[in-house]
Formats: sequence, C-alpha cells, structure tokens
Amino acid sequence: MTYEAVIGLETHVQLRTRTKMWCGCANEYGAEANTNVCPVCIGLPGVLPVPNAEALRKTALTGMLLNCDVPSYAKWDRKNYFYPDNPKNYQLTQLDFPSTIEGFVEFEFGEGIERVRINRAHLEEDVGKSTHFSDYSGVDFNRAGVPLLEIVTEPDLTGPDMAYDYLNALKGILEYGGVSDCDMEKGQVRCDVNISVRPVGQTELGEKIEIKNMNSFSGVRRAAAYEIERQIGVLREGGTLVQETRRWNDVVGITENMRTKEDAHDYRYFPDPDLMPHRPSEEWIAEVRTLVKELPLARKQRLMADFKLPSSDAVVFVGDAALGDYFEVAAKGAKNPKAVANWVINNLQAKFSETGSTVADIKFETSAIGELVGLVEGGKISSKIAQDVFAEMFESGKSPAPIVEEKGLSQVCDTSELQAFCNEAIAANSASVEDFRNGKEAALNFLKGQVMKVSRGKANPKIVGELLKKILGS
Amino acid sequence: MPHTLTISQLTDKLAQGELSSREATQSCLDRIDAVDGQLNAFLSHDPEDALAQADAADAARTGGKSKPLLGVPIAMKDVIAVNGHPLNCASKILGDFNSPYDATVTEKLREAGAVVFGRVNMDEFAMGSSTENSAFGPARNPWDSDCIPGGSSGGSAVAVAADECIASLGSDTGGSIRQPAALCGCVGLKPTYGRVSRYGLVAFASSLDQVGPLTKDVRDAATMLGVIAGEDKRDSTNVPEPVPDYIAALTGDVKGLKIGLPKEYQVDGIDPEVKSATEAAVAELEKQGAEVKEISLPHTQYAIATYYIIATAEASANLARFEGVRYGARVDGASPEKMNRATRGAGFGEEVKRRIILGTYVLSSGYYDAYYLRAQKVRTLIRQDFLNAFKEVDLIASPTTPTPAFKIGEKVDDPLQMYLSDIFTISCNLAGLCGISIPCGFSVSGLPLGLQLLGKPFGEPDLLRAAHAYEQATDWHTKRPEIG
Repeated sequence: MTYEAVIGLETHVQLRTRTKMWCGCANEYGAEANTNVCPVCIGLPGVLPVPNAEALRKTALTGMLLNCDVPSYAKWDRKNYFYPDNPKNYQLTQLDFPSTIEGFVEFEFGEGIERVRINRAHLEEDVGKSTHFSDYSGVDFNRAGVPLLEIVTEPDLTGPDMAYDYLNALKGILEYGGVSDCDMEKGQVRCDVNISVRPVGQTELGEKIEIKNMNSFSGVRRAAAYEIERQIGVLREGGTLVQETRRWNDVVGITENMRTKEDAHDYRYFPDPDLMPHRPSEEWIAEVRTLVKELPLARKQRLMADFKLPSSDAVVFVGDAALGDYFEVAAKGAKNPKAVANWVINNLQAKFSETGSTVADIKFETSAIGELVGLVEGGKISSKIAQDVFAEMFESGKSPAPIVEEKGLSQVCDTSELQAFCNEAIAANSASVEDFRNGKEAALNFLKGQVMKVSRGKANPKIVGELLKKILGS
Repeated sequence: MPHTLTISQLTDKLAQGELSSREATQSCLDRIDAVDGQLNAFLSHDPEDALAQADAADAARTGGKSKPLLGVPIAMKDVIAVNGHPLNCASKILGDFNSPYDATVTEKLREAGAVVFGRVNMDEFAMGSSTENSAFGPARNPWDSDCIPGGSSGGSAVAVAADECIASLGSDTGGSIRQPAALCGCVGLKPTYGRVSRYGLVAFASSLDQVGPLTKDVRDAATMLGVIAGEDKRDSTNVPEPVPDYIAALTGDVKGLKIGLPKEYQVDGIDPEVKSATEAAVAELEKQGAEVKEISLPHTQYAIATYYIIATAEASANLARFEGVRYGARVDGASPEKMNRATRGAGFGEEVKRRIILGTYVLSSGYYDAYYLRAQKVRTLIRQDFLNAFKEVDLIASPTTPTPAFKIGEKVDDPLQMYLSDIFTISCNLAGLCGISIPCGFSVSGLPLGLQLLGKPFGEPDLLRAAHAYEQATDWHTKRPEIG
C-alpha cells in the first residue's frame, strides 16, 4: 500500500511594531533582561490591556497579503494555562472571531505554482523567555506581550519540500509587506507542524500528530520527512497512530513524544472582558488596503512578462526590492530592457559593493542606463567603451552622450581611418596573417583584437572584421 | 471634631481658614487610634505620609489653589493601587507587595487634592458580603460590633460610618459598595459600568467591577463621582461619555420623576422592618411629587445563579496571576507546578478557592455551553428587563439588603445564604446600571437600613437627585454610632 502525507502548518510570527501589544514598552530584541517591562506586561494586579493600533493594522495588512477576508468583527479570548513565562497565566488570543480569515498563499513549487489555503491569521501575545540555570530558573519578560501573529494553513501541504517552500514564500510575503522582520535567529518565526498520513485514495485524514515549536524552516523539512516515514512505518507494521504532540530532537534527528491527547490542556477559553471587540470600519480597512504591496511571486511574473526578463533576473529584483524598483524606472520605455537589467544587475551592483553605496546614492539620471544601452546598440560606442562611460557616469552623474562627446570616445566607422588601423595591425603581426591564410579562423579574431588595441577601443569591431577579411582575402 | 465632617462641610471650613487639612487629617488619625482597634476597618495606614499630603494641600491652598477635594482625607479599599503602598486585597497571597503605580482613580483623587491614605479592610479579593473573608480578620459594624459591616467593601463603609475618614472608595461587583453602606448607615454609590476607570482596581470580575464612593451624605457622593468619573485610555471598557455636573443635579426637585417597584422583589425572607422602612422611603418620595408604579423584571430569579457563573469564571482567570513567580508570597516547590499549587493553596482563603474552583468548572471543556454561555444569554435577558423597565420609569427602588446586618459567624458555614444577601444588588452589575444606597431608617435593635435606587446607564444625575431629595427630608444620614 502506498501512503501520502497531509501537512498543515501553524506559523507564529512576531509583528514589527514600535511597542508591545498591550502597553507602551518597546518591542525590541536583545535588550538586557527585564528592562522592557511595565506593570501591564508583567501582569501586576490591577492592570488592563489596551490594543496596539499599529499591530491591528499590520494584522489586517497581513491578512490582505495572504488574500484573507478582514471581518467586521473580531474579539479577544483568554487562553488559560499556568507557566512561569506567562505573566497573567492566561494568554490573550483570538479563538472564534479572528482578525483575518480564509485566504491563500501561492508559491512556486517544482515546475508550477502551488496554492495553500490559509484558514486564518490571528493576533495574540508572545510570552516571556525562560532560562534554566544549574539550580534555578529565570524568566525574561522583555518578549512578553510582543504582538504575535498565528498563521494557520489548511492541511493542503503534501510533503516536506512543499512545506519548506511554503514557509520561505510566506517569509518573503511578510518581509515584503513590512509586517515582520522574520528574523529566525531572534526567534521571530516559530512553527507547529501537523502531520498525518493515509493510504493514497482515502479521503478521510489519518490521526493528526503535532510537532511543536520548530524554529527553523530546514528543521521543519527534516522533522516532517522523519515523521512521515515514522508514521508510515508504524502503519506498515500493523500499528496504530494516536493523536499526540511531539517535539523535534534536532541533534538526534528524530521526533519524540511530548504528550498524548489524554493529558492535553483544557485551556478554558472565554472572551476577555477587559477588551472590547475590534470592529474595523470600512474606512479603516480601505486605509490599510493602501499599504498592500505587490507580492513577490506576482512581481516576478510581471517582471518576466513586461520586461521579457529571464526568471533569474526577475528573482534578483524580487529579492532586492529597492534594486527592482530602480530597474523598473530605468527600464521604462527602454527598447532592450534585458540589456538594462544586465547593467543594473552586473555593473551597478558591482559599483555598489565597490563603493559601499546604495540605490539612494546614484548620481546619474534614471534614464541614463537606457541611453547607454542605446549608444551601444546604435553602434555609437563599443561595449568595452561603454564600461568606461558607465564608470564615469557613476562617478560624476553625467549622462552618457556628453561623456562620449567630451572624451572623444565615439566609435570610428570611417573606412579609410579603419583601413589605416588594419594595415598597422597586419604589418605588426605577420605570423597571424600567415595562420589565417593557412585556414586558422581564430587568427582573424586575434588580429581584430589588435586593431581594437591600436584604435584604443574606438574602432567599430563589426566593420573591422569585414575589412580585415577583405584585405587578407584579396 | 473635624473627622465627623462631610466633604462639603470640611472644604467650606478649609476654604474659610477655620481649619487646616493637617488638623482634619490628624483628627482622622486620632479617631483611628481611638476606635479602630475595635472595628478593624484599617489594615494599615501611614500617618506620616498622610500628614505630608495634608501639609502639601494646606500649602497649595495658601498659594491660592482650589480643588474639589483639596486637603480631604479619603481612605482606600485594599483592592485599589496606590503607588508605594501595600496592595493586599485582604489576602495573604500578596505577601509584602507594594504597588509601584497609582490606579487611575487614585491619580484623579490626587489631582483633586485629596489626602489619599490608609488601606481599608474587605473580603479577600472582594469576594464576600460580610468582610469576614478578610485574611486579616473581620471588620466590625460600628453600630454593633458583634455584627458584620457588610462586604466586600466593609472597611470602606466602617471607616466612613465611624468617622475614621471623611469619605472612602470601595468597589462593587455585585453589591459590594451598596450593601455595606446600607448595613453601616452611610451612602454608597455604584457608578454605571464604564463610568469610572478600572485601571488599578485589582480585578475580581472584570465585566462587573466598578469603583465607587462611600460617603456621609449624597452631596459628597456627587462630589466624589465628579472627581473619579471620566475617560481613561488605559481602560478599554471605559466609556468616553462626558461627565455631567453631578452637584448641579441636586435640585431637591423630584416632581414627575417616575419610580418603579419591581413586583419580583416582593420575595420571602425580607425582614419586616426593612420592608416597612423601604415603603416609607418610597412614600416620602411620592409625597415630594415622584410617581410610583409597579414594574416587572421577569428574569430576576436567575440573577444570582447567573452572577455566580460569570463572576467566578472571570475570577478564575483574573486570579491566575497570583502564583508567587513575579511578586507576592511564594511557597517553594520542586517544579513550577508544585510551587503554584503550594503558593495558591497556602495563600488563598476558603471563599476565594471556592470561587476559583467554581469558575474553573463552568469554563471547562464540555460544560462551557451549559454554564458560561447560557449565563451570558441570561445576562442579556436581565439587562433587557431593565432597559424595558426604564422605558416606563426613571428609577427603580428597593431595599438594599433583605435584612439588617447579621451576626459575625452567622452565615460563614452557609455560602448560599450569604450569596442571597446580595439579591437586590446583583442585577445592577449584570445589567451595567448605576445604583445607590442611602440610609432610610433603623431596626428596632438600632441597626441601619438602606434604600436602594437603581438608575439607567449613565443615569447618575437622576439617581443622585432623588437620593438627595429624600435625604433632605430625613435625618437618618446624620445619625452616628456610639462606639465602645
């Protein structure tokens, strides 16, 4: 019997906000323990939460980026459980009326585009961080109350690689939208993975097993791969699977039982009486919608279609949004946008790394690269000369045509002038002339190079080739 | 004897320079020394701090400042945060915890110039109707020290009735201001839910709790409400409704005011003295021109059950933060869970534990729909009862309590009997209304009786107007107990 895997992901992402979800403390990683805290976020007696408007906006924005609906009513619930890092011993979250629902993420997988449905992206609060020492433990509450988005997929993922690609696509979307920095090192993204397996052809799902609290995408991929094999193995040997929660042991590369259904928490959810429901107005939703940016995949597809770029170039511009924005302006109206892309990706980026500058520091006009391409394609300058012109453009901010003019860099196309360069090269390289006449075609290229050298790069290589053939062939 | 003055009497004397705030404050402190050993209204107080505030108030007055409570000593229920002072909620579990911040009401009292002093006794975490649930011993009724003062704001009522302060703040979740005010013979006002900020009030049941004043007369209640009411961005449930001039509402004129008497409140077990005092009070208002009519609140019989589901559910989560990790008393354990259990087992009293367990149960998987969800629906019906009634009448009158103060220890072993003493006050919180209790007589044995008036949401001006008009025609509020 063949089995297939069914995977759903719950991804927790810290929102990038100035302050925490319910108080004015900084949402900042790396500060000294328990310095970004106040009566509210450490749960002193008598305090009350006040929702962070920026977090509400970024939650709705995330929903829009994930093609979710933003319902006109959302509320907060208390999830009750005791743990030292949980200051109130209940966590504020959204149980049955989340801020965003029912969307999807599209991403490239294999040869095609996959779509994974999003059940919801809801807002909750992060907890503190426990550290265990030899004979005591400590809790740092700097992280407690940081706005945390939980993005829940439908069980639409079919394997570890697909899960991995989905997560990367999701990260790209969230970074692109400016809603989260998604810094894995800082623990800003954490995943729970739900996995079941079933015989191919069976419609009902197998027993769901959850792997909790993964903090790397490659870990998710490896854990999922292991877990699928394990589950199939159990079934093949005639065993049965029970609903349970497992953890990934990254060192050994296996999943281990954490708890089974019997000792699952009863979280006793109920609506938080300290917070009013959030009822976003149409105006508010429209305002947030103005913040929606084109998603990475859409941009890639558009760059490929509108500018006839190969996938590899489009990926560069999607990965570096500022460079991509610059390209789009520079290539607007260009006859050969691919050539503009080459200049931007190769030469411009090289200059950036050479000088430590960025798009913001460019001195020349946005039309200049297009003009430069035009000069080369029009035969006005050689591509070699174009390199020098570009260097000068970058240095001084001048446009290419005046540079060519001032420095006399125009290509020589006048036949009599070129004839003189050819004669000079032929006279100095009799051995190559001999080779060519003996049928060594490569010798012609060498001679061509010599002509270019003599002309200091200004000779039109195409005409030189023809001239040389004519002279030597006669 | 400055400590016997009302707010308006004291502020007049302060304004005319007949008296200083230091003298008034010292007078209260002396009174505490004289009587509180017997009454146990104050859990703690800091005379030096109080006198320093009084001196500052006197200096401000000399400098030409005039504020509604400038130099007036106000005692605080031990559930309201005052920066730098103990915040125990009359519980052992908070250990030596001092609040590092002021509640919004504390800030507002300070802005109004009050001398904020003392931590007054209460039922632990405001759970109770007698102040017997205090971890620091019961407070005693100044009219008869064998009797309970009511609760949970028992200390707030005793401190006012025994002239240990000029006025006090309490909190009311199901009658915790009105009931002790009635049993101690002072005025107790529960504002409309959302009228006063809850920031810094340690939550018992968040959707029911309100802070309110206990005072020696209705005018003082109006003054206090004017100070503590108003918008607070730190409390999302606070309603940004403009604060009217409550003093201006005290016109003495109740002509045409419609007062409803709920037929469902004619229940067995009402003490005949209470009944006749209430009837006489209503008759007095009628004599002054109010119209009285019978109304119906059909879901009344479900109020207590509904209350004990919703309040305990919320409390079970609200009190989860007390486990000794970050503050308060801690009993060590080999694991976080063992530490939690040991700390909470030792720190909470019986009634608090009973309510946490009840609240945990009603929220449990499989029971939520039958209890909590259903209670929320009934709550909506109860609120609707009142909103319907308020289409016909402006106020609703009833006894505040079914009986005068009972003896200490009389009901401690019978929580249900204890819960029933809140029968007239509880619905007000479920419906989010405002309510007041004012003195309306004495039992034959000399214990005070209270008249309760309920008003529509944000209907405090009508409530105060009627209470004040009644008070003008009677002298119950001027009676003082003889202590000792």
